[in-house]
Amino acid sequence: MPTLVIAFVTVATLALAAPAYAQISDGVVKIGVLNDQSGPYADITGPGSVTAARMAVEDFGAAKKNLKVEVIAADHQNKPDVGSSIARQWFDAEKVDVIVDVPTSSVALAINQVTRDKGKAFLVSGAAASDLTGKACSPNTIHWTYDTWALAHGTGSAIVKTGGDTWFFLTADYAFGHALERDTEQVVLKAGGKVLGKVRHPFPTSDFSSFLLQAQASKAKIIGLANAGADTINAIKQASEFGIVRGGQNLAGLLVFISDVHALGLEKAQGLILTEAFYWDQNDATRSWAKKFAERQRNAMPTMVQAGVYSAVLHYLKAVEQLKSDDGTKVIAKMKEMPTDDSLFGKGTVRADGRKIHPMYLYEVKKPSESKGPWDYYKLRATIPADQAFRPLNEGECPLVKK
Amino acid sequence: MTVFGIPTQALFGQLLIGLINGAFYALLSLGLSVIFGLLNIINFSHGAQYMMGAFVAYFALQWAGLGYWWSLLLAPIVVGLIGMTIERTMLKRLYHLDHLYGLLLTFGCALVIEGVFRHEFGSSGLPYTMPAALTGGYNLGFMFLPTYRAWVIVFSLVVCLGTWYVIEQTKLGSYLRAATENPALVQAFGINVPRMITLTYGFGVALAALAGVLAAPIYQVNPLMGSNIIIVVFAIVVIGGMGSIMGSIVTGFGLGMIEGLTKVFYPEASNTVIFVIMALVLLVRPTGLFGRAS
Repeated sequence: MPTLVIAFVTVATLALAAPAYAQISDGVVKIGVLNDQSGPYADITGPGSVTAARMAVEDFGAAKKNLKVEVIAADHQNKPDVGSSIARQWFDAEKVDVIVDVPTSSVALAINQVTRDKGKAFLVSGAAASDLTGKACSPNTIHWTYDTWALAHGTGSAIVKTGGDTWFFLTADYAFGHALERDTEQVVLKAGGKVLGKVRHPFPTSDFSSFLLQAQASKAKIIGLANAGADTINAIKQASEFGIVRGGQNLAGLLVFISDVHALGLEKAQGLILTEAFYWDQNDATRSWAKKFAERQRNAMPTMVQAGVYSAVLHYLKAVEQLKSDDGTKVIAKMKEMPTDDSLFGKGTVRADGRKIHPMYLYEVKKPSESKGPWDYYKLRATIPADQAFRPLNEGECPLVKK
Repeated sequence: MTVFGIPTQALFGQLLIGLINGAFYALLSLGLSVIFGLLNIINFSHGAQYMMGAFVAYFALQWAGLGYWWSLLLAPIVVGLIGMTIERTMLKRLYHLDHLYGLLLTFGCALVIEGVFRHEFGSSGLPYTMPAALTGGYNLGFMFLPTYRAWVIVFSLVVCLGTWYVIEQTKLGSYLRAATENPALVQAFGINVPRMITLTYGFGVALAALAGVLAAPIYQVNPLMGSNIIIVVFAIVVIGGMGSIMGSIVTGFGLGMIEGLTKVFYPEASNTVIFVIMALVLLVRPTGLFGRAS
């Protein structure tokens, strides 16, 4: 399929760049939202993330502050080669200053390297692999919303605690699946549980029956789904067809987004336990933001990835304003220095290894009878405080931390 | 008892699952074969038409309250009519040109159709409930066979063999095959060849839509469901021999089973195994397993 660099451009100001921002390269802060615009992760990230980035630019008040900001977007088709060539073109030819979102860990890891080589900035919201703040950490990257370590310690340990001590993994066969499986396996083994088997399935896969049958034969109490998006939806749907849950085994969706729950319907999704950084119905501020978002996004509520894009872009622009420069390395350093504060994630910090720190939430999907209508899907089971939600700084093997 | 470390019981289960997936492959490659064998059109919008079939089932349920059984009838008709419109207004003009132009046109149509559906319905898909009569399943001892999957195999086999019978063994089928060989002569016998071509295209498309309805309760009704499967189905048609009706049915089921076995022994390769086989077959028999040398 040809490389489709789709849609772009909006937002800007009327005035020319004021002298105050003389160090902004070519007078414009150019934000590139790079994600899956058309594939299995498009509802989780996709055009919704572009909308979120634009809302951040508007709420920051770039126009009033005489700061010229432009948002462009492209589709990386979940392919690392496509993603890195777009990134290079953006940095070299189109003068993009910061790339945001980038789901699909294999693509994000590639762009992590490109951004570092070019001295630009990279704000990850969509990708999950905890390696981004571990071995692959970079002075030019901040990992914003969630990661595989947080998911494993949220959902994984909650399930182990309730007696799910033998596991079988269905793992998407690329960087993200491997990282999520690795981090969850650690949690299971540490709690005295056992991993009875695992199967690596191609990404994307539509028919899981063969893999589910293997999981069934393993007799593991828990079938851990180390995959995401359409893969997770199909696996859950087909597991109910093959009588997995009736047979006494339970599913653990290690990464389930609200858009997945919406697509599955509560009938099939009820009872799932999942870890999220954001839910639209948390408080007045999240509700009012989500309502504005939904009006611009075909009435779909934002996923945590999209909310994360908003929060990250807002903090980025604040740092640019303080620094009066959009030099990638300097802005990322400034972002780590400044405490974060926005209406969606509240107050937080960015750690030396590039990990953004905030609480995570353990939710359970409501029964159809408990839900008041579309998108009323979660009830809170536990809040994981910010200091426990993410991997401790000294355990990640990030070279930036040792210095 | 084990085979290469896999209990034979588990192997039976995997073979049966392969057969189920093969049923979808067979139904889809059958439609492609009919269209290619009789009309010489490489129908790249087959995947999009399969997806539309599933969406018609979804709309029928949401808007008109018509359930699964009605959709089995309705979706092929609706999507078949859309296909015929495409044939009448666009494809018809390309018959005197190289095959590649038809391929490009149908590929373009597929991109447009999928793009529109994706824009409207997102990429996560929509849920479609299984008909009550087909829920539940049988315990076969070596595996739990959902009733619906059993239904898919039986239904698909009946449709495939029925189509093969009509095209290869009946008078209507002989007209069709004759029209492919020599349209002018068949026209001279008083048969309206252009209309027959339109109807044949419509029929091939209807088969895709039928497969879409069958798939709706198992997979999500998803704008991308067609683009995921179409490449595999094309490989199957090539392996079976372009245009060979029986070839596409047999290879559809057969490759489903081979893919199923790959998922046990080396799951990472399960999405490439069919293409490896395609390469091997083309090296040995460039016309495919059941194809006739032209």
